[in-house]
Amino acid sequence: MTGAEHSGEHVVTPGGEGVVTHVGEAPLRALSGRDADELTLEAVRRGEVGLSDLRIHPDTLEHQAAVAERHGNPQLAENLRRAAELTRLTDEEVLGIYEALRPSRTSQADLVLLADSLAERDLPRSAALVREAAAVYGRRGLTG
Amino acid sequence: MLERVSANESGKPKEVEPNEVQAGAAPVVGRIRFMDAQRVNLDGFALEDVDLGLVALWSPFDPEPSLVVRDGRVVELDGTAEEDFDAIDEYIARHGLDLGVAGEAMALDDVAFARMLVDPGVSRSEVVRLSAGTTPAKLARVLALLRPAELMMAMTKLRARRTPSNQAHVTNRLDDPLLLAADAATAASFGFREIETTVPVLADAPSNAVACLIGSVAASAGVLIQCSVEEALELELGMRGLTSYAETISLYGTEQVFVDGDDTPWSKAFLTSAYASRGMKMRVSSGSGAEALMAGAERKSMFYLEARCVSLARAIGAQGVQNGGIDAASVAGAVPGGVKALMAENVMVMMRNLESCSGNDALMSESDMRRTSRTLPIVLAGSDYVFSGFGTIQRYDNMFGPSNFNAEDIDDFLVMQRDWGIDGGLRTASPELVAAVRRRAAEACRAVYRHLGLADFSDEHLERAVDAAGSKDLGETDTLAVLSAAQAIRDRGMTVVDIVAALDENGYEDEAERVLALTRARVGGDYLQTAAIFDEQMGVLSLVTDPNDYAGPGTGYEPTPARQHEIDAIRQARGVDDLAAEQAGWASPLLHAVGPARPGEDPRDVIIGVSPAVGRDVWRTLSGQLVTDVIGELLAGLEEEGCVGRVVRVNDTVDLGRIGLSVARLSGSGIGIGLQGKGTALIHRRDLPPLANLELYSTAPVVTPELYRLLGANAARHAKGTTPDPARNPYTDEAIEARYHTKVIALVALERRWVRAGCPPEELSLEGIR
Repeated sequence: MTGAEHSGEHVVTPGGEGVVTHVGEAPLRALSGRDADELTLEAVRRGEVGLSDLRIHPDTLEHQAAVAERHGNPQLAENLRRAAELTRLTDEEVLGIYEALRPSRTSQADLVLLADSLAERDLPRSAALVREAAAVYGRRGLTG
Repeated sequence: MLERVSANESGKPKEVEPNEVQAGAAPVVGRIRFMDAQRVNLDGFALEDVDLGLVALWSPFDPEPSLVVRDGRVVELDGTAEEDFDAIDEYIARHGLDLGVAGEAMALDDVAFARMLVDPGVSRSEVVRLSAGTTPAKLARVLALLRPAELMMAMTKLRARRTPSNQAHVTNRLDDPLLLAADAATAASFGFREIETTVPVLADAPSNAVACLIGSVAASAGVLIQCSVEEALELELGMRGLTSYAETISLYGTEQVFVDGDDTPWSKAFLTSAYASRGMKMRVSSGSGAEALMAGAERKSMFYLEARCVSLARAIGAQGVQNGGIDAASVAGAVPGGVKALMAENVMVMMRNLESCSGNDALMSESDMRRTSRTLPIVLAGSDYVFSGFGTIQRYDNMFGPSNFNAEDIDDFLVMQRDWGIDGGLRTASPELVAAVRRRAAEACRAVYRHLGLADFSDEHLERAVDAAGSKDLGETDTLAVLSAAQAIRDRGMTVVDIVAALDENGYEDEAERVLALTRARVGGDYLQTAAIFDEQMGVLSLVTDPNDYAGPGTGYEPTPARQHEIDAIRQARGVDDLAAEQAGWASPLLHAVGPARPGEDPRDVIIGVSPAVGRDVWRTLSGQLVTDVIGELLAGLEEEGCVGRVVRVNDTVDLGRIGLSVARLSGSGIGIGLQGKGTALIHRRDLPPLANLELYSTAPVVTPELYRLLGANAARHAKGTTPDPARNPYTDEAIEARYHTKVIALVALERRWVRAGCPPEELSLEGIR
């Protein structure tokens, strides 16, 4: 034994069902629609990669939601499905809704309007969350 | 009432509550003054006080567990009717409970349920299934029944991921990017799979995120980076791909404190989805004592309030929880049972089928023993992340405040892993590796900052960052440069793609690939699953891909042979060959054999008998003195008293008594000194039995030159028949056995290599010995 030498790798052996992503399904796509396989250093060098190429696609979130459901966590699944909806919003819109949901920021009426607008944009889970908040905030004095 | 009993230098308590010791009370005796002065008494210990929430596991105001469901709707939760639900009750009632299993779970006897947590015959998935239908009060009551060893059993079985892992804090008080990069690389080389950074100056955050990211990939692929700052900025950094996960999304157990924290369960639920929508992993933070600290515990026990947080974490769809006290760990630690409650919180998270990032990230005691006691059971049981922030940097550089374990404790932790043969997620990094990755990281970080026009760092600054043990070793730095770099990253809308390109264009192609791989992994989203980490080949280990399958002895996680080697091979371990090489470095041409040892006739003749490897393989004693110098002192002592010394090597035994006796029988005076190469020495006389002696120095590591000289003089006095001046063995309260026993074994092994049965003793030359 001659002291410790770094072996250079941290060997671990997964014991589960292995890599879960999209086995036997359509190729993995980024939000931009681009194949994940195309997100290479070469593509970066050519200046062809933008942030939307590195963002998760709602279909992938739906897939992950199904996996979470199979593994005993329907609430995580619901969260991932709501997240799938939010992929369609800009960063500013997402941050804006978060801000509106913080305490004493928004009137009950405005929260209901926000919920309606989300529903109109076909974001039903997000709309339901905001609508439920509107009711509870009203009862618990959390509206602005 | 928080009663701080701190000791001043005289050992007297500095502050005494008026209702405690009064004038005229008995004087405090020395034994108590001595105890008062120990470090543990710098900690604050509180009397239990329900009104202040200073109670760990159970308060009389904790509700009775209850769940009433009408037409598929929860109308009563833990004694509160629907119309009185606060925001937390409401969210849990609407989203947090599996009503399909609730009837069965709530009807379970508490003790029967508690036994299921420990029984290896009951699977994790069965516990998870039932826990999904239990209310916060029920789960708190069940878990409070477990004893410490049972909590460890439960944690071993119930954690989500099979392979334990660990998270590091990497920060510094200057937000120095080169030091952050070097320290992130260091943490990654020690095996940490998550790095959490934060800032003393909020606006520096983008720079810290970039520096830690670059540093981590200089040492390893797949280390997840977090920059813990205000929620909106943290999310922004994640959206730009500069960080990969978040965990400081705080939940609290009472509505008042929750709202004081400027959030609601709904805003947190939305935030949870927001992170996932950008492919970011996220867990929430809670932990005992936070509500009491914020004067909002509402007379509930810390554990019940935490049960509400954990239920809410599951309800909002977070994949994990950082708890175990966190910032208020010392509040829990101040009350009876509090440390046990901290561990029970972690187990509760696991029962809810969530990832546990198990605290141990705030220094909870001034006492080394007490802070180890708090952390060790979790290390031994194994958690998804044993620490939610092992302070890998100096305490003064930890911008979260010191962690329960810090830079000075890394070797302790590595040795503890090895002692117990368990995987705490870390490994030894060789000094060469640490030097190499620190340099690589700092150089890559400097190149990227220069390339992107963020900042320019001098060669001297770089060298200091590579070598620094902490930011105090950097000297004067330009902190404004950091601020303007951070602003530029933010204002120019830089993303992870810019970082990849900058690394690549400056010749850091491997690092660029690693950052790109992390970013690409977001597109796949596998690491959004519970307890996900990446291994160094970018494989995901999570509840899904690496589920904990513990079901009693012989099952569950076992390190692979390669991983066990990493755990065992600490850099301080030495073998006989190492010691032989070290001894060879002290070899000299002295003490060569000059012929067979002959009997002496002079009554002043005293022989120093040395062990077989002396003059061959063993040259230096355990005290660090050369054997030749020790012999010189012995000879001088003999000479002072008018005797004449010779040195004879005994070749047929390593036993010190026999060595001494052999040479006593050869000497003209009948007195011999036995000396082993390691420094143990005695005086022997020819008519004594082998195991007897006249004087013995048994503590070789602390024998001084003066004492050897005295031993020589006393041997001469025995030879002359005058009265010796008895020497006392030197005293030490150091862990001398821990320090030297392995060396003793190796030195004796070197001696044994030269033992030849029947080989006669030989005279050694005194030439060159004073």
